[in-house]
Amino acid sequence: MKFTRREFVKANAAASAAAVAGVSLPATATNLIASTDQTKIKWDKAPCRFCGTGCSVMVGTQNGKVVATQGDPKSEVNKGLNCIKGYFLSKIMYGKDRLQTPLLRMKDGKYHKNGDFQPVSWDQAFDVMADKFKQSIKEKGPTSVGMFGSGQWTVWEGYAAAKLMKAGFLSNNIDPNARHCMASAVVGFMRAFGIDEPMGCYDDLEAADTFVLWGSNMAEMHPILWSRLTDRRLSHPHVKVHVLSTFKHRSFELADNGMVFTPQSDLAILNYIANYIVQTDAVNWDFVNKHTVFKRGTTDIGYGLRPEHPLQKAAKNPDSGAMSAMTFDEYKAFLSEYTLEKTVELSGVPADKLEALAKAYADPKQKVTSFWTMGFNQHTRGVWANNSIYNIHLLMGKISEPGNSPFSLTGQPSACGTAREVGTFAHRLPADLVVNNPKHRATAEKIWKLPEGTIPPKPGYHAVLQNRMLKDGKLNAYWVMCNNNMQAAPNLNEESLPGYRNPENFIVCSDPYPTVTAQAADLILPTAMWVEKEGAYGNAERRTQFWHQQVSAPGEAKSDLWQLMEFSKRFKVEEVWPAELIAKQPEVKGKTLFDVLYKNGNVDAYSLDEVAEDQLNDESRHFGFYVQKGLFEEYAEFGRGHGHDLAPFDMYHEKHGLRWPVVDGKETLWRYREGHDPYVAKGKGVDFYGKPDGKAFIIATPFEPAAEAPDEEFDLWLSTGRVLEHWHSGTMTRRVPELYRAFPDAVVYMHPKDAEKRKLRRGDEIVVQSRRGELKSRVETRGRNRPPEGLVYMPWFDAKQLTNKLTLDATDPLSKETDFKKCAVKVMKA
Amino acid sequence: MKIKLLATALCALMLSAPSWSEQDEADNNVNNGGVSSLRGNVELDTQQDPGRIKQVQRDRPTMDREYVHQPPLIPHQIRHYKVDMDANKCLSCHSWKNASETGGTRISPTHYETRDGMTLSDVSPRRYFCLQCHVPQADAKPLVENDFKPVESLR
Repeated sequence: MKFTRREFVKANAAASAAAVAGVSLPATATNLIASTDQTKIKWDKAPCRFCGTGCSVMVGTQNGKVVATQGDPKSEVNKGLNCIKGYFLSKIMYGKDRLQTPLLRMKDGKYHKNGDFQPVSWDQAFDVMADKFKQSIKEKGPTSVGMFGSGQWTVWEGYAAAKLMKAGFLSNNIDPNARHCMASAVVGFMRAFGIDEPMGCYDDLEAADTFVLWGSNMAEMHPILWSRLTDRRLSHPHVKVHVLSTFKHRSFELADNGMVFTPQSDLAILNYIANYIVQTDAVNWDFVNKHTVFKRGTTDIGYGLRPEHPLQKAAKNPDSGAMSAMTFDEYKAFLSEYTLEKTVELSGVPADKLEALAKAYADPKQKVTSFWTMGFNQHTRGVWANNSIYNIHLLMGKISEPGNSPFSLTGQPSACGTAREVGTFAHRLPADLVVNNPKHRATAEKIWKLPEGTIPPKPGYHAVLQNRMLKDGKLNAYWVMCNNNMQAAPNLNEESLPGYRNPENFIVCSDPYPTVTAQAADLILPTAMWVEKEGAYGNAERRTQFWHQQVSAPGEAKSDLWQLMEFSKRFKVEEVWPAELIAKQPEVKGKTLFDVLYKNGNVDAYSLDEVAEDQLNDESRHFGFYVQKGLFEEYAEFGRGHGHDLAPFDMYHEKHGLRWPVVDGKETLWRYREGHDPYVAKGKGVDFYGKPDGKAFIIATPFEPAAEAPDEEFDLWLSTGRVLEHWHSGTMTRRVPELYRAFPDAVVYMHPKDAEKRKLRRGDEIVVQSRRGELKSRVETRGRNRPPEGLVYMPWFDAKQLTNKLTLDATDPLSKETDFKKCAVKVMKA
Repeated sequence: MKIKLLATALCALMLSAPSWSEQDEADNNVNNGGVSSLRGNVELDTQQDPGRIKQVQRDRPTMDREYVHQPPLIPHQIRHYKVDMDANKCLSCHSWKNASETGGTRISPTHYETRDGMTLSDVSPRRYFCLQCHVPQADAKPLVENDFKPVESLR
């Protein structure tokens, strides 16, 4: 029986009247408290499945299903609060179309590239898949197989995958979707500090006097951090908030100084601020002399496009990250062209606003925390932008202490914990090690108990290059796991789609739900998600968080970890390793990759006795040992004692997350600062120990134009991104009715004058066209995003409006991360 | 491949009017194999019409919550609602002071608590931006049914 509110009040009134009169009550009114047995919910913690903030939630289960979720009051990150997505985590696993059995394209009972998907058993699925991988390796070598992974993989899934690809198949062609979201941040960290990830932590939010948001719409994309920032701003009136973006968005609601700048001119604004600090002699000389060196970055480095692209051909130093020494006076001369006048002209931001921003950074008494996300990272000069913000903080010594913090926010829940720390990139190994360094390879081979020369020295194909190589027929057996890259990757029409549908290729897609990527794949593997498995994520403040499996997956769905390890059993070492390599360690003869990689005495070191009897753990019970613990402990060996120390496995199941390095059971809040970081020796004060001499790099790089800018024909900038209510491509959130109804379909946000010029009214159907493709959408002239004239903003979550048919696959030449924020389009009435 | 193209060509000759999908398949192999995603069973190289912008009803009864800590959904339009440093339109109806007068749902006592659980005399600044947790609902049929079941007592 369903009541409206009014009817309910009426019914209750009637019931009370009846009670007074001594008449028996209708059934709906006999509201007795049921026994505790019936109302009891089992609660356990888990990090949120969505963004890089890393909130902790309490998950309530009953009879094998999730029945409720709520914010975890014990979590330092969110203290009981969630955003709208987090509050609806309870429903993400229950979309009616969960995949429950493997699906293979077949014709006449056999695999066929153009067949229709038919249900098959896991055995059949892995038979065909293993055949394709073996055939590919045999005919074209290990570089013809590859994998596209995720910053949403658990730590051990990413680790098991990297091991399988790099040490099993001897291919470095593994890259995560994190390449699309924070690769520029990584390269920025490595160049400036020689070690990845932020020095500060979220406690900066309660300590800063000034916040600056650079290309970060925190209000929608990191809502819980935004609530902490709002708390600080509103309860401490002296605190000021500066917000910079190429269009007005919700974060401007709290801005004391909101600035809308012309796309790409952030590079000039950054150099203007540095110039202001130098010109006003506000430089913290003691800090700069002791802890920094000046470097000049190579310029005119191209746009990460295919080599035959005219822009690539025109570049003088394509892809060069080389740096040369520079004196302070040379740096000063370099900066001098970034005057206030020139910066106003380039950026379109009024002079008083730019000056207010520069003054905040240059005032030694104000503690400044800068946050940035995709606006900086998805940028053809993203590495330069990252380094330029470090320049400003380093010139002032405003770094590595509470409230003084250049803070790169990450997008995904384990972009840090898995993609970066585990090193699931084409060039990386765990704990900041890289494949092209022989010493690093030797370290990995030693920990993995594998012969010298196992790991190939040449970096593999990065995300965008993988799609190009699929199209060119050089990458042929390909596994896409825990992401929806057909929807997420740039330039769908010219690269991704022809790549996946190239008849030479076999594409596998592992996902809980049928995605756009699944529609382009040849084999679809049903996947267990979130609390259907034991997991670990690492958030943007270096916090590692664990969770237990709390429910079982539906049907035949299996976790990524199960899939990776089970698939490895299909390969005899002889089928994938050359004889010379086997000869170096003859005891591997006749063994499977599973034996060599996972039954190596490390990964299988912990018995099932360590898993509580009533604790769900499908993978461990299947393989016969505590797989998650074995993988984690082997992985942790890479970083312990080297500035990346992780706590013992069991500790994380007890605590609500710990920030690494964790030394003697103690987490580290601010790195590189004596008293906070155990790696800084007494008396040193500050030590950027990622660099051999302990000194961070201040790197001079100029303004250079975007890869594609509006012209007469394609007359608008297109910026793409997310909305609060949906996570990435919407695979999970759009299956939650409340989140779907909160933001049903994508729209194109446009300035009312731009709409008027095109004779468009709000809600009109439009065609958006770029040089690479087109789509139909609806125009939106009001609401949360207010673009300036000349720019449109479109979220990419909508599978019916594939935004990446429009985007250009131009990347930062150093980080290989795509610029999803800038390309040129035109908009017409449909 | 050649054989297949030839077969398609023969087919085309015989039927004289090949369907577009057949031609597409021969051209670029785009074929979703019969799987439906959130775009439906529609080929990836096909242009889809965007639905009309879905409207939020001006006013409707409050919506049931399916678990205790689910934030209430907004049962009305919020166009022109200003929530920024100067004003908070939501609180003009939903604050403790104003709720009984306006008939709006009163904000929960949790909204008065600081990060450390101290109760303040007014709304906690960490809860200031209401739309981070509370959202209006457009009239839209869900794309996919959801099998989530609340606990017995809330069904």
